[in-house]
Amino acid sequence: MSADLTTTLVVNGRTVTRTAGAHLSLLRWLRDVADVLDPKYACGEGVCGACAVLVDGEPVSSCIVLAAQVDGARVTTAAGLTGPGGELSPLQRAFHEHHAAQCGFCTPGMLICATAMLADGMTRTRDEIRHELHGNLCRCTGYQQVVDAIEAAQGAAQGAAQGAAQGIPP
Amino acid sequence: MSADEIRTSKVEELRVVHQPLPRHDQAEKIAGTTRYAGDLAFAGMLHARLVRSQVPSARLLRRDGSRALGVPGVVVVLFGEDVPNNEIRVDVPGQTVEVGALKATMQVLATERVRFHGEPIALVVAESEDALARACGLVEVEYEDLPVVSDPEEALREGAPAVHDTGNLLAEWNIDVGDVDAAFAAADVIVEGEYRTQFVDHAYLEPEAGVGWLDDDGVMNLRVATQVVEHYRDVARILGVADSKVRVIAPYLGGGFGGKEDMTVEPYLAIAVAHTRRPVRMQWTRNESLLARAKRHRNVMRYRTAAAADGTILAHDVEIVSDAGAYAYLSALVLLYSSVHACGPYRVDNARIRSKAAYTNNPPTSAFRGFGGMQVVLGYESQIDELATRLGVDPGELRKRNAIRRGDRLPVGQTIETEVLLAETIDAVRDRAGDPPRPSGPRKVVGRAIASNLQSYGRLVWLNDSAAAWVGYQMDGSLTVRCGVPDVGGGQASSLAQIASEVLGVDMDRISVHFGDSALTPLAGTTTATRQLLMSGNAVYEAAMLLKDQVLGAIAAETAQPVESLLLAPGGVASAGRTVPLAQALQVCRRRNVPIEALGTFFGPKGREVTRDLSGERIFPDFTFGTHLADVEVDLDTGQVRVLRYVAAHDVGRAINPKSVEGQIAGAAVQGIGQALLEEIVVEDGVNLTGGFFQYLIPTAADVPDIEVVVLESGEGLGPFGARGVGEPPIGPPLAAISSAIAAAVGARPTTLPITPERVLDAAARGGA
Repeated sequence: MSADLTTTLVVNGRTVTRTAGAHLSLLRWLRDVADVLDPKYACGEGVCGACAVLVDGEPVSSCIVLAAQVDGARVTTAAGLTGPGGELSPLQRAFHEHHAAQCGFCTPGMLICATAMLADGMTRTRDEIRHELHGNLCRCTGYQQVVDAIEAAQGAAQGAAQGAAQGIPP
Repeated sequence: MSADEIRTSKVEELRVVHQPLPRHDQAEKIAGTTRYAGDLAFAGMLHARLVRSQVPSARLLRRDGSRALGVPGVVVVLFGEDVPNNEIRVDVPGQTVEVGALKATMQVLATERVRFHGEPIALVVAESEDALARACGLVEVEYEDLPVVSDPEEALREGAPAVHDTGNLLAEWNIDVGDVDAAFAAADVIVEGEYRTQFVDHAYLEPEAGVGWLDDDGVMNLRVATQVVEHYRDVARILGVADSKVRVIAPYLGGGFGGKEDMTVEPYLAIAVAHTRRPVRMQWTRNESLLARAKRHRNVMRYRTAAAADGTILAHDVEIVSDAGAYAYLSALVLLYSSVHACGPYRVDNARIRSKAAYTNNPPTSAFRGFGGMQVVLGYESQIDELATRLGVDPGELRKRNAIRRGDRLPVGQTIETEVLLAETIDAVRDRAGDPPRPSGPRKVVGRAIASNLQSYGRLVWLNDSAAAWVGYQMDGSLTVRCGVPDVGGGQASSLAQIASEVLGVDMDRISVHFGDSALTPLAGTTTATRQLLMSGNAVYEAAMLLKDQVLGAIAAETAQPVESLLLAPGGVASAGRTVPLAQALQVCRRRNVPIEALGTFFGPKGREVTRDLSGERIFPDFTFGTHLADVEVDLDTGQVRVLRYVAAHDVGRAINPKSVEGQIAGAAVQGIGQALLEEIVVEDGVNLTGGFFQYLIPTAADVPDIEVVVLESGEGLGPFGARGVGEPPIGPPLAAISSAIAAAVGARPTTLPITPERVLDAAARGGA
C-alpha cells in the first residue's frame, strides 16, 4: 500500500483531479476513482488490449501504467470518441454496421487501437490491419467483422479526404 | 404450437427477419456505455475475494482468519461453517443402472478436504480492494497433502487414489447398435487411431464478476455475469431461503461460451451480502478464472473404423475417456454428448461406443461451446480422412457417400427428420476455395483438408425444456418484449426484437427487449446448448402471433370484417383499401377488453429419460450440419503452421440475422483453430501452471486468415422461420480440418492437440516430409 497522491488527467476533454493511492494503475484510477467505466479489466498484464486508452494520442494498456506516471496527460477512452450528443464517430459507425462487436467487452480497446492505427491516414491491406490489431484480443468475432469495419472506415475516411481535396462537401 | 412443427418461411416474404440489420445492443457497446456485471457500484459497497487452495489434494488441518481480520477495512472472513447449506448439488438422471443415481455434491467453501488447485476455502469481505489484497494473503490454511491422481485412465485403475469416497468413475454411457464384430470381420479396410484433446479455457474477455445487494423486501439481488438466471434456485438452497427471495439479473455478458453456465461468483456474493447486509462486489482476476473455473474436458478417444472397399462405413468401435476433474459439474452430460456425436454425420449401422468420465485432482471440467460434441470431431473426421487415404478415394466423395440424409438414424437410434444439406456444404466450401495454394518457399509445404460435423441444438429432450416470453404494445404503438434469456453477446435479445418486428410490423427502433431477470422477465432457461433461438425465439414468435390474433380479432369485430381480410402491417391494421392506425387499433382493443399483451410459452420436443445404455431413443431436438475447409502451410524447419485460407459452410435453416450468423460461425471457427494449434491449460500433477494470458494463447487477428462463411438455408430447422441453432456447431470442424490439412502437408497425422511446432515436426519426421 502506498501514500495517496493527487493526479489530474484530462479524460475525454474533462479535467479530473482525484487523490488516490499512488500505486493505482491508470485503469483502476479511471474505473474505481474517476468512474470512467468503458476501459475494461480483462488480463491485468498488458496482453489483451481491453483496457487500451489514448494517452496524449498514443495507445496505452492502462492496466500496466500508473495513473501517477501520466499526471497531466490527455486521456481518451472509447466513450470519448463519440460526439457531444453521443453520436458515433465514423469508425464507431463502421463497427456498428459491420457487427464488429458481439459481447462488446473488447470493443472499447479495439476502437482505441483502431483509432490510433487510422490516425496516419494511410490505407492498409486486411493483413496489415490484422497485424496491427494483434495486441487486442477478441474471443467472439474471430476478428472477421472487426477487420471488415476498420477496412470500411479507412475507405470512408479516404473517400472523405479525397472529396475534401476536390472541394466536395462531406 | 407443436414442438416439432417446422415454421417455414419464404425469404421473399420476410421484411425484417433475414435482413443483416445492425444489432441494437451493439450501438451502446460501441459507444462504451454498456454496463457489464462488474461496472455497477453502490454507495457503501463492499468487496469480496476468495482464498483458494494452493495444493491439488489435501486434508485441511487448520483454517484461521484472525490475522486477516486484523487488516484495517476487513469486515468479515467466512468459512464453510458460515454457509447455511454448504453444498452445491449436481443431479444427473440416467446413471441409475449399476453405478447408482449420480447425486454429486461439492462444498461452497471447503471445510475438511480440497480436491483441486484453486478450490475455494475462505471468503474475505472488505471495504476496499486494497484491503482485500492484503487480507487474503493472511488467511492461514494448514494442509496435509494427500495423494494426487491427475490422469483419468490412471484414476480408473484399481488402487488409484480416491478423489471421492464413491470412487473415481463419475459417469459412463454405452451405445450398441448392429453387430460390430461381424462388421469388422467382413471389412475390406480397418483404420485405427488414438486422439487426444487438451484442457481448454473459455478465455472470454470478461472475467467472472457481479454485484449483490438486498432490496427493500429482503430479496437477495445478484446482478452477475451468468448464462443461467435460474441459478437463483441454487442460491436460495445454499442460503436456506425460499426461491422467491432470490433474484438473479444477467446484464449483457462479456462472453460466455459455457464458462458462465455453472455458478461462479453467485454463491459467494450471496453469502457475503447475507452476512454483512451491505452491497458487495466480487470480480475474479484473470488468474483465478484460468486457475479455478471449469475447463473443457480433455479426452482420450480411441477409434476403430471398418469400411467396405467402396468406402461405405461399416462400423465404429469407439472408446472415450474424459477427464472430469475434481467435481462433477456437468461432466456426465458432456460425456453423453461425446457419445451421441461420436460417429459424426454419417450412416453407421454398427457401432459400439464406451465412454467414461473419471474424477481426478485436476481443475473441474464442464460446459464449453460444443459440449463434448466437438472433441469427437477430431476422432471421427481423422478416421474418415485416413480411410480416404487408404482407399484412394477423394475425402469429399467418401463423406458424401456416407452422409446422413433425412430419414437416416444415428447410432443412438434417433432418426433425423429434417432436411440435411451436408453434401451441399462439402461442395460449397470446395467451390469457394478453388485451387489449392502453392508453398511460399523451398522448405515450406502446403496441405488442404475438409472436415464435416453435426452438432445438436436444443437441450436433451428428456429435460422437458420450455421458454416463455411476454410481448406487449405500449399505447403509442411501440413494443416491449420481456424474456428471461441471458444475452451472452451473440445477439440473443436483438434476434428476439427482429422476430417480434417481423410478426407485428413494429419498427426495430420502437422495440425494447428486457431480458435476463429471474424476477421480472418470464423464465426462458439457459443461454446454452444452442437453445435460445429455438426456445426463446419460438416463445417470442408464439407470443407475437397470439398478440397479432388478438388485435386483428378486435378490429374484425369492430369493423364487421372477416379476420382473414385483415393484415397487421407496419403502421397499423390494413384491410381492403384502408389502414386503421396502430394507436387507434390499440384503443379499440382497450375498449373491447382485448389485452394488448400476450405471454407465449414454447415447450421443446419431449423424450423419455435416458439410461446409461443409450439406444433407440430420440436424444436431441435436432442437429446442425456443416463442413469447413482449411489450407495450411507448414515450415519444415520451425514446425510453424500458417492457416492460409479457411472456409466454413453450415446449413443454418434460416438466418434470422445473416450478419449475426456469419459472426457466430467466424468466431467459433477461430476458437476451434485456437484449440487446434495454440491453447492449453497446462496441469502437472494437479498443479495448474497456466496463470495468465501471457501463457494462455488465444488466437490474435494476426494468427488467423479471413474466415470465409458460406450460409446455406434449408429452411428446415425447428426454430422460428425454419432457423437452426448455430452458436456451437462451427467450433468442432476446425480441430479436424487443421490437423488433417497438416497431415496432408507433411505426410503423417498429428493426433494430439494443441498441434504445437514440436508435434508438427514429429509428424513431419514420421511422414518423411
